[in-house]
Amino acid sequence: MKKILFIEDEPTLQKAIGRYLEQEGYEVKNALDGDLGLEIAKKEKPDLILLDIILPKRDGFEVLSELKTDEETKNIPVIVLTNLEGDADVEKALSLGATTYLVKANYKLEEITAKIKETLGQ
Amino acid sequence: MVTILAMIGTYFVAVKYAQPEIVALIVIGVSFFLMVIGYFITKGFEDLAQANRLKTEFVSIASHQLRTPLTGISWTIDLIRKTKDFDRKEIMERLDEIDEGNQRMIRLVNDLLDVARVEQGRMNLKPKKVFLDEIAHSLIEEYQSLAKASNVKLVLQKEDDIPLIKIDPQGVGLVIRNLIDNAIKYTKGGGTVRVKLTSEKNKIRCEIQDEGVGIPKKDQRNIFHKFFRSQNIMKYQTVGSGLGLFIAKAVIDESDGEIDFWSEEGKGTTFWFELPIKSK
Repeated sequence: MKKILFIEDEPTLQKAIGRYLEQEGYEVKNALDGDLGLEIAKKEKPDLILLDIILPKRDGFEVLSELKTDEETKNIPVIVLTNLEGDADVEKALSLGATTYLVKANYKLEEITAKIKETLGQ
Repeated sequence: MVTILAMIGTYFVAVKYAQPEIVALIVIGVSFFLMVIGYFITKGFEDLAQANRLKTEFVSIASHQLRTPLTGISWTIDLIRKTKDFDRKEIMERLDEIDEGNQRMIRLVNDLLDVARVEQGRMNLKPKKVFLDEIAHSLIEEYQSLAKASNVKLVLQKEDDIPLIKIDPQGVGLVIRNLIDNAIKYTKGGGTVRVKLTSEKNKIRCEIQDEGVGIPKKDQRNIFHKFFRSQNIMKYQTVGSGLGLFIAKAVIDESDGEIDFWSEEGKGTTFWFELPIKSK
């Protein structure tokens, strides 16, 4: 069973994605802030990370750059899932090593699941 | 144009008064004058650049704040559609979440409409004679459960005889509401929020004092700007539109009052406003 870590501070969004992806056959881990996200990423070594940008404690950009410089986590694909939309933000996330940048409000959960499958080569 | 006029002027004065001291003094005076003008022009540009930066931040923050509850509603609906074995309790929980997202949208849209009213100068306040302590008291009652949930003690301290005052109760109520809401929201790990009411001979003063995270010095000058949110609170609490204080200042200004604050990062913030007691 593939393991997915969702780093997101909105409980409603966490619950929705968590329950949805479990029904799609994934194991889902949640983290409510950037620090916790990094900690769980290192401990659990998920197959894929869904990462929000505006987060308490450490923002998504900081988390991303930390993930990508750590030998243990640098090969985990990261899908940035945020409602922040600016060319500079997209550019920054991709240059830091994100696989894809998705604006949450523009995607249904079905489409996000399809992106996850595509990224995992399923 | 100013520079050319100054040069020609200096030339004529220099021709008329041959003494070098006077000419030197005039040159110094004119240079100083030009420097002052230069300073104001540069400052004007800096202010414009700052306004532009705030506008860009506005679009970015506003779109984020509007999208977040909408995403919650949309994804929760996706989940309900997908899940066949929800029991009634779970369905109710999901519906509560949709409802909460919807309430957040309504509040945000109302705030945006208030901002539009402020900017078009049609706030339409309806002043009438009220007791400010009664308004404060009922708001404090209303906020007790949120305060308790945030481990905050919320208390009202007031003098015995707070006189009648002629204000728009809804507008000023909104100001107190926004200030209490901020004070509770930005007190992390518990503390006390005090609402103090005092009166002087021609005005009533209200203070909302917290022991919260405080406002960083560099952010203090922008705190009443619309959509501005200070850097440190983005780390603690990501929900908020950056409109509450802008609206609060507009209401107090329109009521001929004064609003300001003092704050120290890590120690707390006190917002205060004063409203004149009008005899009519």
